[in-house]
Formats: sequence, structure tokens, C-alpha cells
Amino acid sequence: MNWPHWIILPVVLPLAAAALILLFGRAHLGLARLISLASTLALLGVALGLVGHAQGGAVEAYLVGNWRAPFGISLVLDRLSALMLLLTAAVGLVALVYSMDDDDRRGAYFHALFQLQLMGLNGAFLTGDLFNLFVFFEVLLSASYGLLLHGGGRARLAAAFHYVSFNLVGSALFLIAVAMLYGLTGTLNMADLAQRVAAAPAENAALIRAAALLLLVVFSVKAALLPLYFWLPDTYGAASAPVAALFAVMTKVGIYAIARVTTLIFGPEAGVAANVAAPWLAALALATLALGSLGALAARRLRVQVAYLVVASAGTLLVGLGLGTQAAVAASLFYLAPSTLVVAGLFLVVDRIAVARGEAADHLRLAPLGTGRAGLGAVFFVLALAAASLPPSANFMGKATLLQAALPSAHPALTWAVVLLAGLGLVVALARTGSLVFWKAPEALHRLSPQLLASGPQRAGIALALLAVLGLAIGAGPLAAYTQATSAQLFARQTYIDAVLGAQPAPPAWTPRVGMDKP
Amino acid sequence: MEIVLAIFVGVLTGTGVWLTLRARTFDVILGLTLLSYAVNLFIAAMGRMYSARAPIIEAGRAPSLLEYADPLPQALVLTAIVIGFAMTALLIVIALRSRAESGGDHVDGGEQGAPADPAREDQR
Repeated sequence: MNWPHWIILPVVLPLAAAALILLFGRAHLGLARLISLASTLALLGVALGLVGHAQGGAVEAYLVGNWRAPFGISLVLDRLSALMLLLTAAVGLVALVYSMDDDDRRGAYFHALFQLQLMGLNGAFLTGDLFNLFVFFEVLLSASYGLLLHGGGRARLAAAFHYVSFNLVGSALFLIAVAMLYGLTGTLNMADLAQRVAAAPAENAALIRAAALLLLVVFSVKAALLPLYFWLPDTYGAASAPVAALFAVMTKVGIYAIARVTTLIFGPEAGVAANVAAPWLAALALATLALGSLGALAARRLRVQVAYLVVASAGTLLVGLGLGTQAAVAASLFYLAPSTLVVAGLFLVVDRIAVARGEAADHLRLAPLGTGRAGLGAVFFVLALAAASLPPSANFMGKATLLQAALPSAHPALTWAVVLLAGLGLVVALARTGSLVFWKAPEALHRLSPQLLASGPQRAGIALALLAVLGLAIGAGPLAAYTQATSAQLFARQTYIDAVLGAQPAPPAWTPRVGMDKP
Repeated sequence: MEIVLAIFVGVLTGTGVWLTLRARTFDVILGLTLLSYAVNLFIAAMGRMYSARAPIIEAGRAPSLLEYADPLPQALVLTAIVIGFAMTALLIVIALRSRAESGGDHVDGGEQGAPADPAREDQR
């Protein structure tokens, strides 16, 4: 890259957009929408450019404030962070376009909070410093608190209280883990931490392992790993549709953090803390997947059912990370993008289905359908097919490669059985929903006009999600190649360490007029 | 001194956890506040405990690590305090709104025992 500052753009751009929206967009919703849309489109462009750059295999470190790592904070761009940035921008665009007719009207500051959430997500994916990761977690969480409450209402308030308290406890644990690691190693830079943990003396082994597992707990809160996912169905079920769609990418922050930390800092070469999380991850991920599938079967509301799909997808992703081999991690990373986009699209479609069913909304009982049997039904069918990982979706490919990667593991039969049975559960759950909502439903007395069913932006948002899902199914080959290279890069951790610790500050672009020396 | 601090952090954490597990929003908020105090003290302690050592370069002090304390945990504590404070304020606002809307301060909304919203059972 000839201009080094591309890397920090995904953080700066939404921040500037949020500030502009707060300044000028408070009274003019049109202007707020314009700024928000422009920023998200620009983010998508920047993310595409960064993916193109990272594809070459270089790990690029950006020294914020021109301080050398490990003393200053560094942002790091590698294949994994570029992939996550692109996924965030894509899901953000889908949710934003959908919201731009009706949902963003229901409360103040929707667009500003939306941009701040994108900033927090992007920052978390880019940062190379553990404490900075905490700060970006807080940025994205505080924006998500506002977004969850967007639209108001009693159910949202109750869900928000649980969600905020739960995450505050998570933050406290994160700080304890970070402080322990700092106290033991004297650094917070992840590359430096990787070296020092590997070289830690045996007398610190117990404390370092405790800190590592504490980090796993914190990230599992975000990633919705059993037994820490109970907040998710209520929260996602209560949030408004575009917010829930955006939240689909929020659980992936936890997955990203687990993938990063378990390969870089507590990977196979980590000395006293080598692979400390792997046995826990493998077992808990399978249990999460099974319970996500059971939850989808037992859900009494359509939206909660989709929320359980998020849990099941997190479980599947963590199965790959728990297996810990390069092939399994590659399969997980491949599954990441399609599963996130499918769930985001489903949240939006379910919102429309709830409108079409009138009083019954998204409660899973027999109710007349106002309109959209063909259109909504077709969209739901395509997305449900992908969500249940049936061919020809990219999700199917992801699960198939994951099962293949599980063959050389310790318990291949168990992994296969759980993944396949949980998949069957999802198929049954979604098929039952489809037949209840579309096939068995009698015609409603009052037909809903197509305009009321879904306005232009709402149709566009759902169409974008569909397009992304279909695009991933067609482009599965390049995605597979990219994720395999990503996994290889994650396991070649020395490249990452050298790139961050070897990054040289740029020569000063200007000299300050006022000297820092005391007079 | 270390043992005093360790006991103090432990007591704060224990009280915080106990209060957080209670069913009233006010208790939960107090518990989370105590928990954040405990965490802040813990971070400060992770920079090791010294007295009469400067965190930044001071004229007239010998340029030795024995004369200086680690400034980084202090900066971390400051960040953690600010963030924790803001989040607690937000949580109080949510709790107050929840009380205004449901007429009770149970963490699930509404009064203890009876669910505030008969439809809530149906929401799952």
C-alpha cells in the first residue's frame, strides 16, 4: 500500500460519520441516512481493497501515533482481519438499507449508534493490543446497548437490563484476565505477549493458564458458547429487525477473538500455556451446537428460532476452532461468512413475515397470512435452505469440509454425530416453520397491500442479503482458497510477530512548532 | 500491605457477586459497582505495590527502575474506571425506565413472583 493510513480508515470513517450525523442529522433524517449510507458503502469499498491487499499474504502493522510496538498501540491487518472487515461492512450495508424506511424512524440517533457500532466492530478486528481490544469491545457494546433499546418497549427494556449486566460482568472478567497477563508478562501487545507467554517460566504456568481460560470465558460470552449463550435468544428476539441483523456479526467478534488468541498467544507453541483452551472448546462447542438445534426446535417465536440459529452457527464455528488443526480452522473460517449473512437475512425476512401475519406476528401458531405467500415464502425457503446447511449453499460446503477436517481428530464419530444430528434438527425446525407459516396458513380476510408488506428499502435490504448468500454459493471456490490461506497464516504466527514488532515508525511528516522540552 | 489489599479485593468481589445474583435491579447495579471497584484495585495491584515511587521521569531522581513505578496499570485503571462509570450510569437509566414502565424493580421487569407481563410466557 502506498498510502499507509488505509488500515485505520475502517475505524476513523464510521467515527467521523457518527459525529457528522450527530451534528447535522438530528433534525434531518434524510441527511442522516445519506451520511450513514455513504459511510457504509465507503467501508465496503475500503474493506474490499484491504482484502485485496491482505490476499498477498503480507501482515501489515499500523503504528498508531507513530510509536514502535510494543510500546504504542498497533493495528494489524492480516487475512483474517480483512475478511472480518468485509463481512462487517456487508452485513452492515444489508441491515442499514433495510432500516432506511421505517425502523430508523422509531427513535433518535439510530444512524449515529449504527456507525459507532461499526467502528467498534472494525476496531476489534484490527487491533493488535489486548487492552485496546477491551476498549473496542466497550465501544461496540455501548453502541449495541443503544441499538437494542431502539424502538423502546417493555420487552426490550427487560432484555436490555439482562444484556447490559451480563456484559458488564464479562468486561470485569476481561479486565482481570488482561491485568493478570500484564502483571505476569509486562506487555499487552498481542505479538509481544505471544513471545513472552511462550517463554514464561514454569512457576507462572498456573496463573497464565488461568488468565488464558478467563479470556476464553469472556470471548465465549460474546460468541455465545455454552453455558454463556442464554442471554442471546432473548436479546436478539427483542431487538428490532435491522439491529438483530447487525448483531449477527457481533457474536462473530467473540469467534474472531477466540480464533486470534488461541492461534497466536495460546497456540501449540505457547510453552506452559500451549493449547490450554482446546479441550474445553471442543466439548463445549459440540454441546452448544446441540442445544442451539434443540432451541430452534422448541422455539415458540420465529424470531427466537432465528436467534437459536445464531447459537447453532456459533457452535459449528467453534467446533472447527476446537479441533485446532489448520484444515478445521480453515473450514470454520469458510463457514463464518455465509452463516452470518444468512442469519442476518433471515432476521429481516422474519420481520416481514410478522407483518404479513398481522396479529399472530411471529408466534409459531397457525394464523392467516395477509399476503406474500409466494414472494416471502420463496425468500424464506432459500435462506432457510442455506441456514440448515443444505446444498447448494456455501454453508453446506463449510459443514462438509468441517466434517472432513474432523476425521483425523480424537473423536470423529462423536463430532460427526452431533454436527449431523444438530443439522437434522435445524432442517426439521425450519421445515416445520415453513409449512406452518406458508402452507397450512389460511388466506386472511383483509389482504395487505404489497407496499405495506415491504417498502422499497426493505425489499432492497432483503435482496442484498439474498444476493450475498447466492454470491457466496457461486464464489465458494475463491472463498475456500482465501480461508485456507487465512488459516495457514494464523498458524504461521512468527510472521505476525515479526511484522508487528519489526514495524518501523514513519519519518515525522511535520515538526511541531512548540517544543516538548521544559523551558 | 499486600495481604490487606488482597483481602479487600476478595471481600469486594464476593459482595459484588452476591449482590449481582439478587433479583432486584438496585442490588444488581450495586453489585456490579463493587465488582468494578475490585477489578480496578486488582489492576492497580498488578503494577506491583510500591510507595514513594514516581510514575513519570522526575528531575533529581536516580535513573533507576528502583526509583520508579510502572505507570501503565495506572493508565489502564483510569480507562477502566471511566468505562465502568459510564456503563453503570446507562444501567441505572435502563433500570429506572424499566421500573417506570413495569411498576417494579425485579430484574425481569415487574414485581417479584408474578410475571409482569402475562404474554411474556408466550414470548419464547
